[in-house]
Amino acid sequence: MRPSTSLLRDFVRKRDFYAGGLMILIGLGIALKGSTYRLGTPMHMGPGFFPTMLGVLLVLVGIAIAAPALVPAAEGEESDESILPEHPEWWAWFCILMSPVLFILFGRYFGMIPGTFACVFIAALGDRQRTWKSTLILSSVVTIFGVALFSYFLQVPMPVLTWGGGL
Amino acid sequence: MIDTAVTDLLYGFTVALEPHNLMWCFVGVLVGNMVGVLPGMGPLATISILLPLTFGMKAVPAILMLAGILYGGQYGGAICSILLNLPCHPPHAVTCLDGYPMTKQGRGGVALGVTVIASFIGASWGITEMIFLSPLLVRAALQFGPAEVCTLMLLGLLAGSTLARGSPLKGVAMTLIGLFLGSVGTDLETGSERFTFGMTELDDGIELIALALGLFGIAEFMSSVNQLAPINMAYTNVRLKDMRPTRADLKRAFFPMCRGTIIGSLCSLIPGTGPTIASFVAYAAEKKVSKTPEKFGTGMLEGVVCPETATHSSIQGDFIPTMSLGIPGDAVMALLLGALMIQGIVPGPQLISQHPDIFWGLVASFWIGNIILVILNVPLIGIWCKMLAIPYRFLYPSAMFFVCIGVYAANNDFFQVGEVAVLGMVGYVLLRLGFHPAPVVLGFVLGPRFEENFRRAMLIARGDFSVFVTRPISAFFVGLCVLLIATQVYVRLRGAKTIPKIETDHTGTSPQMTPQRVPVTPAE
Repeated sequence: MRPSTSLLRDFVRKRDFYAGGLMILIGLGIALKGSTYRLGTPMHMGPGFFPTMLGVLLVLVGIAIAAPALVPAAEGEESDESILPEHPEWWAWFCILMSPVLFILFGRYFGMIPGTFACVFIAALGDRQRTWKSTLILSSVVTIFGVALFSYFLQVPMPVLTWGGGL
Repeated sequence: MIDTAVTDLLYGFTVALEPHNLMWCFVGVLVGNMVGVLPGMGPLATISILLPLTFGMKAVPAILMLAGILYGGQYGGAICSILLNLPCHPPHAVTCLDGYPMTKQGRGGVALGVTVIASFIGASWGITEMIFLSPLLVRAALQFGPAEVCTLMLLGLLAGSTLARGSPLKGVAMTLIGLFLGSVGTDLETGSERFTFGMTELDDGIELIALALGLFGIAEFMSSVNQLAPINMAYTNVRLKDMRPTRADLKRAFFPMCRGTIIGSLCSLIPGTGPTIASFVAYAAEKKVSKTPEKFGTGMLEGVVCPETATHSSIQGDFIPTMSLGIPGDAVMALLLGALMIQGIVPGPQLISQHPDIFWGLVASFWIGNIILVILNVPLIGIWCKMLAIPYRFLYPSAMFFVCIGVYAANNDFFQVGEVAVLGMVGYVLLRLGFHPAPVVLGFVLGPRFEENFRRAMLIARGDFSVFVTRPISAFFVGLCVLLIATQVYVRLRGAKTIPKIETDHTGTSPQMTPQRVPVTPAE
């Protein structure tokens, strides 16, 4: 294995530690933000009471998750501790996440047909076995059926084709 | 009591047999079965993706269709696990153990045929249970004040998060996150905005569809893309005549079916123990009862029948608390309840009396839908087998389109499409950290009602927290919660080695990436 990845791997090995840590952070965020809303009394609770309570509980649970991870694990138990999967798919992940983004951009400014096409096209690019031809064919087929189903049959109010966006 | 049940049921059949409702029930079952067959699409993803289709419908056809998708997806999942050894949905993981060896021996068709019968019997029993138990539960629940509702919900949330899968603590953390996400938006009582960060689109809260599709759609695709092993299509050529079980097969399957039915219905009565646990318990029990336990795992018909019956009986049983108390046992039920809420229907004990058409129509449609499934699965098995061959690289991009347009159609707003992307990314990070996202949806759906009842209970009790333990029914629920936590702590302290390894896979709703790693021997 290349040294750079193994370094990265060591860094992300303690999965439960990060899991608990993340929960503590989120809990703190919720509790701090929640307490800026009016807390009220237990009898007349303000909007901040319940979220603040959740935040505090989440911090406690987070500590309970992270604490055991600080104790060094026994030999052989660390195999499943990495956060990253065995073969990280950065490109595929990027493609999948870009798919809704392109749907928003193209859908908003050019309509449903370009939006659908772009959304399927970029998502399909993420697969290792893709070819340009198969990607194009797939996007076209989904666009035809999708627009027929959602625009004509289910009447989703989104222009099929537009320029600059009237929305 | 029996005659009122019969009249109600007959009324339900008149509702469910209305051509319009019948059609949507059929569509739901068909689509659910179709999508359930596809490798890598579990029922959570299926229901979330198809949920937007019901927005334009009336409440009754919408819920009939969604329920149809659910049990249709279950039938489909069984096909996938028996023929391909890919459990798309956790309950079917056990079915693989003996189903796939049967397939390799050329008896896959028989396994499928018997499964269809077994599922029907299991489901029928679950439905009967629903008819008689739901009104009883409702009668009890109508006596509940806010304190009781609150502690009952707490029990449901705790059970759903600690018993489901993976680490109980992480489940609790996810439930808390779900409760928090449910509180985003305008506060119901004071009208002040919470956690919207100035975005007016968030005033109405986070969209359930966006949450479900982000966590069960996008996050799932991210964890499955390029990770699925090539599918072995060697045994998928099942024809109609292969499916007919012999008389000896049926005789062999009869008692396992009965046992599976009982186990499944018992499991559904305990909150939080859904179909997954039912199927594992059923397999273990069947192995114990069997005269030849060493043969399990080599293609024993009993090992397929018993868990499948238990799964179906317990899924139907899960509808009981969902419909009669408004408290879902798992994420699938939470989604169905969310769909009802989108239709403007308030879940809770008053649902059966206020919307008898929904409840009894649903009950009747279960039977109709299950009969449709039996009829459908027999001639269409060839087509389902062909669908198994659709590669994932065509599936997930098409599904991405359904995700985007579905979320858009919820409010005709692009903002929610952005929401789904963000939630999907967060969901994937959580998956990688070993969290399972199902309890998030549970907490999210119950959150607002939980908070409302909590506040009301405290108001009535004048801010005295002891109200939850001084009222007898509420104290009983609190006691159960404590018992639940105590058991978990006890199990943890005794060491993880002695617990049956129910689910070793932390990466998502579909353990299909590593079928070999999926549980080898449950409960030993």
